[in-house]
Amino acid sequence: MDEIDRKIINELQGGFPVCESPFAEVAERLNMEEEDLLSRIKNMLDDGMLSRFGPMYHAERLGGGLSLVAMKIPETDFDKVAEQVNAFPQVAHNYQRDHELNMWFVLATEKASEVDDTLEAIEDRTGYKVYNMPKLHEFYVGLRFDA
Amino acid sequence: MNSVARDVEDNMKVSARDMKLIQLVQYGLPLCSHPYKEIGKHIDMDEQEVIDRLKKMQESGVIKRMGVVVRHRKLGYRANAMVVWNIPDDQVKETGKKISQFEFVTLCYRRPRQLPQWPYNLFSMIHGSDRDAVTENIHELARQCGLQDVNYEILFSKRCFKQRGAIYHPGDSSGRD
Repeated sequence: MDEIDRKIINELQGGFPVCESPFAEVAERLNMEEEDLLSRIKNMLDDGMLSRFGPMYHAERLGGGLSLVAMKIPETDFDKVAEQVNAFPQVAHNYQRDHELNMWFVLATEKASEVDDTLEAIEDRTGYKVYNMPKLHEFYVGLRFDA
Repeated sequence: MNSVARDVEDNMKVSARDMKLIQLVQYGLPLCSHPYKEIGKHIDMDEQEVIDRLKKMQESGVIKRMGVVVRHRKLGYRANAMVVWNIPDDQVKETGKKISQFEFVTLCYRRPRQLPQWPYNLFSMIHGSDRDAVTENIHELARQCGLQDVNYEILFSKRCFKQRGAIYHPGDSSGRD
């Protein structure tokens, strides 16, 4: 990744235009050719630097459910349970963290009512308790990943 | 009557046509000169309808933003700490606002406690180049916000197992990742 890629990422984090020729508009802002912008974005997607490029939805406003869930899994069982949990398509990201509650994942369901059922299914499948911590309030922070 | 006006009766709701569009673009926009025109071809919408619907969904907040999902680790942000705070309920709003002002805080949420296992009600996410830098930032934040005596914990991530955005498949279970 070079300086130009960094500029592209920073620009795209601020938003992407919804108009007939959005890449041309972004390219102009960055003072580069549209072709070059497209091929650089493609390369960054291929390299895994960017995981997705498009709209970010507000799950709740789409009627979906979203929650942060923690579990306490003994070290010896961790990989097995991680595999069981990750096999649920509703599990978005999953992190191992250094705490007694050591598994933390985001659950995203199509319908809000599915959250409880999915959590129950995860408890049944793994044999461990889940701690459900849906957001009560989101504080505003800007988008500020300086690439 | 234009296509968007057709949905006027359920103005703030997501219509079936919106949902078709959402399903199609959730994996990403096509990388070509006229991505919205290209998307429309697959669901029998013209370019203008795609643009109108996406704009309307941005205005109503269904789409939070258009842009990129960055893989922090690949960009050299190797340390990622979730810092959790036990803040008295009547102060949590004010404290959350203060914490969110710091430039190294990338997310901040109020969540329910899970007593007795989990006493924390304010969650903040802090990324940085390494653990030392992140820890120093957290201590600085605690000092500046007067939170030194508050009960908090830093949970660094050891491994990331799965990372994707939320995916929507109304009435369709195929193609999940």
